Amino acid sequence: MKNEVLLTVKNLKKYYEISQGMFKEKIVVRAVDDVNFTVMRGETFALVGESGCGKSTTGRTILRLVEPTAGEVIFKGTNLASLPYEQMRSLRKQMQMVFQDPYASLNPKKTILQILMEPLKVHNKFDKKERLRKIIAMLKIVGLSEYHLDRYPHEFSGGQRQRIGIARAVILQPDFIIADEPVSALDVSVQSQVINLMLELQKEFGLTYLFISHDLSVIQHMTDRVAVMYLGKIVEVADTEDLFRNPKHPYTQALLSAVPVAHPKEEKKRIILKGDVPSPANPPSGCAFHPRCPFALEICKTKMPEPTTFEKGHTANCHLYIKNEEEIEYVTSYS
Amino acid sequence: MSDKVLQVNDLRIRFRNGKETSQPIRGVNFHVKKGETLGIVGESGCGKSVTSLSVMGLLPIKTSEIVSGEILFNNRDISRLKEKEYRKLRGNEISMIFQEPMTSLNPVFTIGEQLSEPLRQHKKMSKSEIRNNIIAVLKQVGLPRAEQIIDEYPHQLSGGMRQRVMISLALLCHPKLMIADEPTTALDVTIQAQILELLKEIKVKNEMSLMLITHDLSVVAEMCDRVVVMYAGEVVEEAEVNELFDRPLHPYTQGLMKSLPSNNERKSKLFSIDGQVPKPSEIGEGCVFANRCPFAFEKCFAETPPAFNRGKHISKCWLQDPAVKEVMQNEERSIVNS
Repeated sequence: MKNEVLLTVKNLKKYYEISQGMFKEKIVVRAVDDVNFTVMRGETFALVGESGCGKSTTGRTILRLVEPTAGEVIFKGTNLASLPYEQMRSLRKQMQMVFQDPYASLNPKKTILQILMEPLKVHNKFDKKERLRKIIAMLKIVGLSEYHLDRYPHEFSGGQRQRIGIARAVILQPDFIIADEPVSALDVSVQSQVINLMLELQKEFGLTYLFISHDLSVIQHMTDRVAVMYLGKIVEVADTEDLFRNPKHPYTQALLSAVPVAHPKEEKKRIILKGDVPSPANPPSGCAFHPRCPFALEICKTKMPEPTTFEKGHTANCHLYIKNEEEIEYVTSYS
Repeated sequence: MSDKVLQVNDLRIRFRNGKETSQPIRGVNFHVKKGETLGIVGESGCGKSVTSLSVMGLLPIKTSEIVSGEILFNNRDISRLKEKEYRKLRGNEISMIFQEPMTSLNPVFTIGEQLSEPLRQHKKMSKSEIRNNIIAVLKQVGLPRAEQIIDEYPHQLSGGMRQRVMISLALLCHPKLMIADEPTTALDVTIQAQILELLKEIKVKNEMSLMLITHDLSVVAEMCDRVVVMYAGEVVEEAEVNELFDRPLHPYTQGLMKSLPSNNERKSKLFSIDGQVPKPSEIGEGCVFANRCPFAFEKCFAETPPAFNRGKHISKCWLQDPAVKEVMQNEERSIVNS
């Protein structure tokens, strides 16, 4: 099971153009710039990064909720990026999405029954009589009950709404779910309930998740592999445990060290990055991270780094590892 | 008692909504000492923001009412001050940083115009003095090119920079108490680390007290000296930060800590507190947490627990009652014996 590739993303690009007026050159925002990764069946693959790094756009581009500018998304052997609209639409019953904001992603004018019925109608799944039974069964799985059917979204709390959002995604029995920050709008105690639900569903239905989040503690807890994004590019990919134990890219190191401590007595060596994330409309030359990187070399300013592979599929895009051994030791001793 | 900058005694606040009334704050007690950082933790809707707004005198006048209790700032009750008197205090001796740096700055005024407002209100300064002062404060919060930023508009700055501007706005008049309401919630982790570091630094430099309101326990662990845990409009536990993290007494605090992903084994089922926070209109007799509490017994549903002290560690839970403890131990013994 584990070694079957479910989804491959190849050289995915999404550029937005901002018109500056009739005769002026357009500004190109490279929201997703040449992203490559593969997701295995049954695993939870995480995309981490700060706001504006393109992680949500990547998720949406895979489902073609926004059209990619270039690149391939291969899901079970079919390239989604070139499929006609109708075929893509029917393929979506195999891949669904859970959105970040449970307050905005449910239609306030529809009851829960209507919300959950819609995907079944659209994809013409199950017998008409059976649908209601399925919906009730699904509600029970996510921890709600039958008498919630005729209620409207505003009558639910944030955690319950997110459960409805998850139920809507899972009811089609998809293979693949893209969860875009599913727990970041929730409180700690509710967050843990929703994470538990997602883990249970994964076991029960054999789901594969693409988990998009900025919360490193959640990622550490529930994902198998992580890709770290910075300014539209993936800078590091590794197994979750490996990444948290031994981050290679200076950005990942800083990101991990910035996570607040769990206990006041815990001491942490902190790498505090200077400045802000640059605008993706005007990214720095060479390695996009070099203006904030504490180890930046001369070459970082001019040349984009190629991925370097370490053990167990751990890759990082950084010049520090292409250079001689000495510097590698220097960097890792800091982490 | 003079080392307490702020003391809130038995504060109760009521909101009117049409004919309905609700009481989101029921009997809140806490104090902030000089030079310390007090954390107020709780989930959304527990009343932590309402409490802080009441200290600032910013509650909506028409729909809210302080039913009882007092707010002592430097031993002076400020809960019933007139608006005009409050203005002398606000931004001058007590100041506040809000959660959303994007919405709390006015988009049509430059940074300089907005920052000069508190100085014009509270200090007698000439225009050039005001400008120099603002530039100095902007530099203090670590903003690069302060001389240019002063003439820029909020939309030209990033989220982290806007939050720095908000902090400098709160710092201008050298307040004795700064209230920070979720100052880093809207920010990314790397920026959050920068801002927390900055807050620590300026707190020491300006010799002020900080009241940090947050839902994030790890921010508390990082920043605070003492912590107040709120749940459904009540303070359920108060302790020193190390004490709280080592030995949380209230079941709610214990549950919160256990449900953090970092305190659970990877991939295992996370600990979670069942159910959800009751709405203010649903709260009746007994302990507010009783319906979600794994240890609840009859007394919890019947009577509201008072605050039990164990040294400086205060918690509102019947389990801490010495009488109940004895009964429990006896029961345990009898179980063991039988």
